[in-house]
Amino acid sequence: MIKAILIFNNHGKPRLSKFYQRYSEDTQQQIIRETFHLVSKRDENVCNFLEGGLLIGGSDNKLIYRHYATLYFVFCVDSSESELGILDLIQVFVETLDKCFENVCELDLIFHVDKVHNILAEMVMGGMVLETNMNEIVTQIDAQNKLEKSEGWVLFGVFCLSSLYTQAGLAGAPARAVSAVKNMNLPEIPRNINIGDISIKVPNLPSFK
Amino acid sequence: MSDVVERTLSVLPGLLGQHDLGVGLRGSGGPGRVSVTSRLGSLIRSITALTSKHEEEKLIQQELTSLKATVSAPTTTLKLMKECMVRLIYCEMLGYESSFGYIHAIKLAQQGNLLEKRVGYLAVSLFLHENHELLLLLVNTVVKDLQSTNLVEVCMALTIVSQIFPREMIPAVLPLIEDKLQHSKEIIRRKAVQALYKFYLIAPNQVQHIHDKFRKALCDRDAGVMAASLHIYLQMIKESSSGYKDLTGSFVTILKQVVGGKLPIDFNYHSVPAPWLQIQLLRILGLLGKDDPRTSELMYDVLDESLRRAEINHNITYAILFECVQTIYTIYPKSELLEKAAKCIGKFVLSPKINLKYLGLKALTYVIQQDPNLALQHQMTIIECLDHPDPIIKRETLELLYRITNGQNVIVIVQKMLDYLKESKEEYAIINLAGKIAELAEKYAPDNEWFIQTMNAVFSVGGDVVHPDIPNNFLRLLAEGFDDGKEDDQLRIYAVQSYLALLKEEDALYPQKFLQVMSWVLGEYSNLVTDVDPEVILTKLHSLLKKTFVTSETKVWIMAAVSKIASHVSSSMTVDKLIQEFSNSLDTCMRQYAFELKHLCEDKALMKNLLPFDASCNDIVVDASLSFLDGFVAEGLGCGAAPYKPHHQRQQEKLSQEKALNFEPYGLSFASSVSSSGVTGRQSPAGLSFGSDMSGNSAETGHKETNTLKLEGVCKLWGKEGYLPKKESKAGKEDEPQTVSCGSLLAGQMGDPPVSQSDQVASLSEEDKEKQQLASTLFIGLGSSASVSLMGKADTATQKFKRKSKINATQSSEEMSDFQNSAASDFGPLLDTVPINMEEGSLNTKLRRASLCSSDIVEDNTAFETPQSLKTSGLDDGLSDSRMSQSSLFDSNIEIFQPSVSAHCESASKIPLVLCLPEELEELPHSEVVELCQSDALALYLCKVWTDDSLLLTVFVSNKTTSAFNAVNVVFEETEHFQVLESPTYQFPVIEAKSVKLCQKYVLMDTFCTMGNLSGSVSYQSEMETHLEFSITLSLLDFIRPMKMTTEDFGKLWLSLSNDVKQNIKMSSSEDSFSAALNALQQKLKLHIVDIIGNEGILACQLLPSVPCLLHCRTHSGMLALWFRSPCSALPDGLLYQCQKVMEKS
Repeated sequence: MIKAILIFNNHGKPRLSKFYQRYSEDTQQQIIRETFHLVSKRDENVCNFLEGGLLIGGSDNKLIYRHYATLYFVFCVDSSESELGILDLIQVFVETLDKCFENVCELDLIFHVDKVHNILAEMVMGGMVLETNMNEIVTQIDAQNKLEKSEGWVLFGVFCLSSLYTQAGLAGAPARAVSAVKNMNLPEIPRNINIGDISIKVPNLPSFK
Repeated sequence: MSDVVERTLSVLPGLLGQHDLGVGLRGSGGPGRVSVTSRLGSLIRSITALTSKHEEEKLIQQELTSLKATVSAPTTTLKLMKECMVRLIYCEMLGYESSFGYIHAIKLAQQGNLLEKRVGYLAVSLFLHENHELLLLLVNTVVKDLQSTNLVEVCMALTIVSQIFPREMIPAVLPLIEDKLQHSKEIIRRKAVQALYKFYLIAPNQVQHIHDKFRKALCDRDAGVMAASLHIYLQMIKESSSGYKDLTGSFVTILKQVVGGKLPIDFNYHSVPAPWLQIQLLRILGLLGKDDPRTSELMYDVLDESLRRAEINHNITYAILFECVQTIYTIYPKSELLEKAAKCIGKFVLSPKINLKYLGLKALTYVIQQDPNLALQHQMTIIECLDHPDPIIKRETLELLYRITNGQNVIVIVQKMLDYLKESKEEYAIINLAGKIAELAEKYAPDNEWFIQTMNAVFSVGGDVVHPDIPNNFLRLLAEGFDDGKEDDQLRIYAVQSYLALLKEEDALYPQKFLQVMSWVLGEYSNLVTDVDPEVILTKLHSLLKKTFVTSETKVWIMAAVSKIASHVSSSMTVDKLIQEFSNSLDTCMRQYAFELKHLCEDKALMKNLLPFDASCNDIVVDASLSFLDGFVAEGLGCGAAPYKPHHQRQQEKLSQEKALNFEPYGLSFASSVSSSGVTGRQSPAGLSFGSDMSGNSAETGHKETNTLKLEGVCKLWGKEGYLPKKESKAGKEDEPQTVSCGSLLAGQMGDPPVSQSDQVASLSEEDKEKQQLASTLFIGLGSSASVSLMGKADTATQKFKRKSKINATQSSEEMSDFQNSAASDFGPLLDTVPINMEEGSLNTKLRRASLCSSDIVEDNTAFETPQSLKTSGLDDGLSDSRMSQSSLFDSNIEIFQPSVSAHCESASKIPLVLCLPEELEELPHSEVVELCQSDALALYLCKVWTDDSLLLTVFVSNKTTSAFNAVNVVFEETEHFQVLESPTYQFPVIEAKSVKLCQKYVLMDTFCTMGNLSGSVSYQSEMETHLEFSITLSLLDFIRPMKMTTEDFGKLWLSLSNDVKQNIKMSSSEDSFSAALNALQQKLKLHIVDIIGNEGILACQLLPSVPCLLHCRTHSGMLALWFRSPCSALPDGLLYQCQKVMEKS
C-alpha cells in the first residue's frame, strides 16, 4: 500500500502531506525532513527509486519520486506496489492537477491545498490506488466544482498568484497583476527573500508532459 | 464570473472589514472572496518573508492564537470556519499542533453545507488518527451522510470511512455500506468496496460474513469496481492462498480480457489497457501459483500473452513486463516461459534508462537463486553497475552480489561492499550494509587475518550506528571458539595484535563500539600474546581512559579490561597509578571501579577467582530461589518479623482492606522489561512452608536458570559427565573427510568458467580486461546449476566460522554420551548403524537431528519423553523411515525400547519379551518402555503412564530364566519429594519362567522439586535371595497436567494468585511461530491453551494433585514474554525452566 504522499518544494517546504499510516505528529515532520534530505541530494539523471529512510522504514519500504520544476512528488510505498506503476501514477496525478488547475504551479498547491487533497482522494483511498483514469477523476472533480460554483465559490488563485509574482520581484509578470498589486500595502521585501519558496511557474513546463 | 461574485457578496456581507489584510487585493473579484483567500495568502506571504525558523514559529503561534479565538467565537459562521480549517490544515502541515480546532472540524463536517462539509471531512481525515477519541463524534454524521440521497455526500462519507474509522463502530455503518454495493452508480459501489477493504484490514472478523459479496464485486459489470475488489483479494490471498485457488480461473479470464483489449478505451493509459489492473492481477496470480503446478498450469497462456502484448516502448509496459517476470519466476516454473522472462530481464538490465536498469537488477536478485546462469550472462553489465554514479544502483548491485557470495568470491565482494560503505553517509545504508558484511565475513572468511581486518573495517567505518548484534556476535564468536582450540587461539592472538597495532596510533579516533570491542578482547585474551608486556597494554588502556572522546560507557569497558589484565600480573605501576587517579574522579562510576580494583589488587587470590581466564562462556550457576537465605529468613521470622509479601499482593490486600471496588482489569499486557521482578517476589507466606525443603534442595534448584541472567546462547562447557567439548571434537572429525572431498570437487568445477572467459578477452582493451578479471573473480562459483547445488553443500561445509549454537554444541556431545550409554548396555547392533549414518550424514540430516534430538542439558534425562499418544507427526514428518528410527532413538537420553507397536524400530527385536501395557492404559499418554535394571535372571522395565490425576508407574518384571521365582518383592524407598500411594511395596507371589508380570504404583509429588529420584529395589528368591536396586528419575513434568478452564475463570484465578515469575525468551523464528510455540508448550509441557488473542495467549496447568499454575504469554519482536502465576512459589520457576528448554529446542 501507499504509506504516505508528500509534496515539497526544492527547499523542503511541505506543500502537501498525506499519511495513510499512522505516525505521530513529530514523526511526520521528521519523515518529511528526512525524505527531503534523501531526495534533494539526488542528481537529475539517476533512478527515481530510493530505499526508505529510517523512519518510513525498513527494507520493505521504498520512496518513489518525481521532480517537476520546483516540486518534488514523493510516494512512500511498501513492497506490494509496483515501482514503475507508482511512477506513472505520479504522472497521472500531476497531469490531473494540471487539468484541474489549468497549468498547475506550486502556488495552486499552496492556496488550494484542500482541492489538491480532494483530487488525491479520488485517486488514492486509504493507501490504495482507486482510480487511475485521468478523465474519470477530472469528471468527479468537475462535478464537485459545479457544486461549488452553485454555491458561489470562485477560484481566485489568479490574484494571489499575480501578487506574488510581483512580490518575488520577477520580471514579466502579467501587467494586470502588477496594476492590481500597485495599490497593495505590501510588506517590505527582505533582500534574502526565499524565492524558491513561492516559486514561479514557467509557462508550459517542459517537464510536465 | 462576476454575477457569481455578486451573489457571493450578498451572501457574505458580514465578512467584509472583519479582517483588513485582504482588502488591498481587489479587482474584478469580490472583496469577500478575496479576504477569504488572502488571509491564507497573507499568512503564506509573511511566512515566506521570514528568515529564521524561530520567526516562523512565532508567527504561526500568533496565527494559531487568532484562529483559536475565531473558531471558538459563537458568532463565527460556517463559511468563515471553513476558511479557518484550511488555514489550520496549513499550520498542521508545517508541523504545528492545532488540536483546539479538531472538534470544530468535526462540527463543520456535521453541520456545514456540502462544500463546508467537504472541508470538514478533509480536516478530520488530516488531523485525527484512527484511535482518536473525538472520532466517535463523527460516526453519527457518517451514518447520516451514508443515508443521504445526495451522491456527493455519500461519496464523502465513504471516503472518510476508508480513511479513518473507529474500529469498534464498524457495526454501525457496515449494513449501510453493504447496501451501497448494490448502488446504481459505479463510483459509489467502488468506494463502498474500498471502505470494506479498510474494514477487512482493521477488523477482518467483522466482515467475514460478506465474503460472497466480495465475489460479487469481483464480477461487477464495471471494471473499476472489479479493480477495487482486487485489493481485497490481493490481501486475502497474501494471507492464505489456499482458500482462493478456485478463483484462479476468474482472474485468468479477467486478465485475458484486459490484455486482449476488451475494456472500454477509457481504461487505456498510453494505449496500454488498464495497466494498473494488469499489475494487480499478475501479482495475485503469482501468489496463487506459487508452488502449485496445477494452478500454475492455468496461467501459463495468459502470462505468455501478456509478455507478448507488452511491447510498446513505454514506462508502463515495462511495469507490466516486470510483474510478468516476477510472476513467472514465482509460480511453478515452465521452461519456455522462463526463457522468455530471462530475455525480458536482459532488456531491463541492458536498458540505458536508469529506472529500468534498477528494476533489472532487482529482478536478477530475485531470480538468482533459481537461475545463476542469468547473472553470468549479464556479468559485464553488473560490473559496470558497480561503478555506476547512482548510489542506489550501486547498492542494488551489491545486494545482488551479496546473494551470490560464496567462499571463493567473498574477498572481492566484501571489498566492494566496504568501498561503498566508506562512501555512503546515510545511516540506513550503513546499518544495512555493515550487517551484511559482518554476516558474509563470518560465513565465508577464508582466514583469520582477513576476518579480523574485515571486522575492523566494519567497526571503524560503520561507527556507532551499526546494529548492536554485530559487535555482540563478533565477541561471542571469539569467545565460544570453533571446533579447534588451536585455531581459536590463533584468531584471538591475531585480534589482540591487530588491536594493539591500531591503538599504537596516537591520534586515531575510533567509534565507541569499536573501542569497546577492542578493550574486551584485550582484557580477555591479551595474555595469549606472550611477546607483549602487559604493562604496555595497560598503559594504552590507561591513556584511552584519559581521552575526552571516550564516553563513560566505553570507559567502563576499558576499566573492566584493565581489571582483567591486572589479575594476571603480579603488580603494575600503571594500575596503581590508575587507581590513584580515578579514586578522586568525579565520575562516580569510575570511582567505584577504581575502588573495586584497588581492593581486588590487595587480594590477588580472590581476584583470580573472580576473573578466571577465558571463562566468559562458562555457565554461571545461580540459585534462583535464593535458598541460601532461608536461614536468614527463618531467623528473621523467629524474631517476629512479618513474612515477606510481594508488592502486588500487598496492594491487593490493601485494596481489599479498603473495601473498594477493584477496577484493576485482568492484565493481558505488561511491560516486557520487567523480567527481574520475579526474583524479588519469590517468597510468599504460602511458600514459606517450603522453606526447609528448598534449602535441602538447593543443589537441585541451583541448576535452574535465572530470571535475571540471560543465559541463552551461552555455551555449556561442563556437564555431569565432565568437560563436554572434548567429546564433541570427535564428532567434528567425522565430518572432515566430507569437507575435503567437497572442496576438491569444487575446485574441479570452478576451474572452467575463468578459462573460457579469458579466451574471449583477448581482443579487449585494458580497461575491459580489468573488468573481465573482476567479473571472473566475482562470478566464480556460479557455473551450471549442477555446480551450484554442489556449491550449496560445499559452502556450508567449508564455512570457517561455524557458529556454534548452544544446541549444536552440546547436542553432539550428547550424542556421544548416548553412544557410550548404549555401548554400556547390550545394544551392539545399534552402535553399528549409528556411525554409518554419521558418515553419510550431510549437514542437513545433522541439523535435523539437532532439532529432533532432545534436550541440551544433560542432567535432564526424562523431561521430554514424548508421550506416545501425543507424539505428533510434525516431529517426524519428512524423515525417511530409516532416519526416523535413528532420530527416535535420540529422542531421549535413556536407551529406549520402542513398544512392540513401532515396527520400524530395529531395537524392538532386542527386547526379549513383549512388553505390553494393559489395554486400558495403552490409550492414556505414556512414555516409552525403558529398562530400569537387570541381572542375569531378572529384568525390570518401566513405563510411565500419565493419568489424569496422578503418575502411574508401571514396572514390568521379567523373568529371563527357565525357572520360576517366588516371592518377588518390589520396594520403593521413601523420599521426601514423592509419595507412593497405597503401600510402597508390591509383592508377586510367583513369576513363571520366561514371563512378565506387572506392578503398578501411583505416585504423587509430595513436596516440590524439578527433578528427583525414586529409588527402590527388587528382591526375589531363586536358589538364594537376590537383591537388585533401581532408580527412577521423575521430573516435574511427570506431574503436570493440563487444566481446563474458561477465560473468565482464568482471569479470576489470575488475580487471586500471588507468586509470579516473568521472563522473556527468544523465539527461534519470528514469523507465525507464536502458535507453534504455544503448541509446543501444549504438547511438551501438557499445558492447556485457554485462549489466544492476537499475539497473546493464556495457558493453564496444574501440578498434581491440584496446584494450579497459570501462564500468560505474549510475543513482541521475536521474544516470547512469559508470565507465570501460581500459589506455589517454586512451581513457576520450574515451569519456566522447562519452557525455556522447549523453546530452545523448537
